Amino acid sequence: MNSPILAPGHSNKTITDKISSLILTRHTPRAWFLGVAAAFGLMMLLLVSVGWLLVRGLGVWGINVPIAWGFAIINFVWWVGIGHAGTLISAILLLMHQKWRNSINRFAEAMTLFAVACAGLFPALHVGRPWKAFYMFPYPDTMALWPQFRSPLLWDVFAVSTYATVSLLFWFVGLIPDMASMRDQAKNRFIQWFYGLLAMGWRGSARHWQRYESAYLLLAGLATPLVVSVHSVVSFDFAVSQLPGWHSTIFPPYFVAGAVFSGFAMVLTLVIPLRKLYGLGDFITDRHIDLMAKVMLATGLIVAYGYAIETFTDWYSGGVNEIAMIRTRMLGPYAWSYWALMGFNVLLPQTLWVKSIRQSTWALFFIAIGVNVGMWLERFVIVITSLHRGALPSSWGMYTPTFWDWTLFLGSLGLFFSLLFLFIRVLPMISIFEIRQLAAEERHG
Amino acid sequence: MADLWGLMAEFADEQALMAAADQARRAGYRRLDAHTPFPVEGLSEALGHPRTQLPLLVFAAGVAGAVGGFFLQYHASAVAYPLNIGGKPLVSWPAFVPVTFELTILFAASAAVAGMLALNGLPQPYHPVFNVPEFDKASRDGFFLTVESADPLFNSTETRRFLAGLGAAKVHDVLP
Repeated sequence: MNSPILAPGHSNKTITDKISSLILTRHTPRAWFLGVAAAFGLMMLLLVSVGWLLVRGLGVWGINVPIAWGFAIINFVWWVGIGHAGTLISAILLLMHQKWRNSINRFAEAMTLFAVACAGLFPALHVGRPWKAFYMFPYPDTMALWPQFRSPLLWDVFAVSTYATVSLLFWFVGLIPDMASMRDQAKNRFIQWFYGLLAMGWRGSARHWQRYESAYLLLAGLATPLVVSVHSVVSFDFAVSQLPGWHSTIFPPYFVAGAVFSGFAMVLTLVIPLRKLYGLGDFITDRHIDLMAKVMLATGLIVAYGYAIETFTDWYSGGVNEIAMIRTRMLGPYAWSYWALMGFNVLLPQTLWVKSIRQSTWALFFIAIGVNVGMWLERFVIVITSLHRGALPSSWGMYTPTFWDWTLFLGSLGLFFSLLFLFIRVLPMISIFEIRQLAAEERHG
Repeated sequence: MADLWGLMAEFADEQALMAAADQARRAGYRRLDAHTPFPVEGLSEALGHPRTQLPLLVFAAGVAGAVGGFFLQYHASAVAYPLNIGGKPLVSWPAFVPVTFELTILFAASAAVAGMLALNGLPQPYHPVFNVPEFDKASRDGFFLTVESADPLFNSTETRRFLAGLGAAKVHDVLP
């Protein structure tokens, strides 16, 4: 038998008390302080790396002709991909009446926002003069210049900024009723004022709920095609070019599947330790973990299909350059990255067919981390191996990331985890009102 | 007791509240509202509230985003800053589809949130219902039905007796 999506015996009162007490009354676990210290340290590394980049310029990175897109683009695509699970869980699963989403949507949406924040950092820095990044937005300037709307890089500006905005709106709307709960649960005057400000006077009126539910459903309906569009547009950065290894029609669907794959892997990586640390097993049950593992398996299979069809099409095209690109990808100097990618993203997820592995949180935790690594390698393979052998041997080259490439990447992890730790300390990491609703539905069938 | 804003009856759960809302409406009360810790399906209809016009607003904003987004690209690419690239047409509309789509979503989603808040009159720091000390349960496990004194049928004694008769655990005075 499957375990339930909500442990039995919970009332509206116990749900509210349990989730709000994590923030208001319970002792902050020691692991939280250790986590914040580590994440904050890494964030300072980010600050130093960005500072040094601004002082010395892009030369501190390992990029050069022919490989002018290095870690910055790899990290950007990796982070944006991770940022897809939140909206998928919130919007698509809501439209499909998947009730299990109620326990993890708040957390996944927060993760999305922080991942997109990390992602946005890299193209902005890659511009070289980030203080002029606003040139990319269309506004009537004194130079009478307008952006080039036929470029996928500009589409990216619109897609990612829209995605960040809509994800923030969705997350904030979901938080309003819970902010009212926090306001009413808080005993301290300052804390009441803090949550009261965010609740904006929410009083759970039936009139308000009706408009609220209408707005929430509309947002879900709007966010669903948005999720699909964002990673499609990211894949256009590659697919619209004419470079062998990038110019491929399979890119948009396989990028979207890869994004969901990596997003669920990141949710599992984070939820498994948090659930244990905060004792949230009643709300995030073994059933949730099992379902997330299944989504990971399904999207992993789509990604594996993408790898296969991409290679097949290059071979079947008979194009000399396409076949040469595939050969160097599999057998050239970066072959290690290609075969490591196959191991992490194609072979490793196959273990999820086994039920006992899906039910072992330890095994899942490490598989999820493996998938995160694999998805990062996928972008490494796409960006680096496609660029390192041009059509002429004079434009062959190798890419070696520098010290500052690595520190910036680690630093972005620091930013992500700092924001995440702050979030779980200050805001309810599980949607309280949606769990109450879930409990009511369980009671009355 | 003419200085009351209204009366607030407290119920044990959403079913009791639904039944009470239905009966209050049948009894002829019109200025009714309910406060619950989660959205209860059909409650708003039971209280006789009209359906929200929010979807129309969102649709209009989406159309504005689509038209405005396409016009922005048309204007920038063909009028304000025409660039001849390999003899391709200036109004190369297929290339304008992604940004048009993103702006449609951006406008519609912003309208959904801004419209929901505006129609709900939020942010609203003060409301008479917050004067009831037990009202903090509305965001936890309390189910409340309110009748405003502005209702033509309202009579503080009669209405109080009526609400108590509906099975309310308690009836509170709501001061303005």
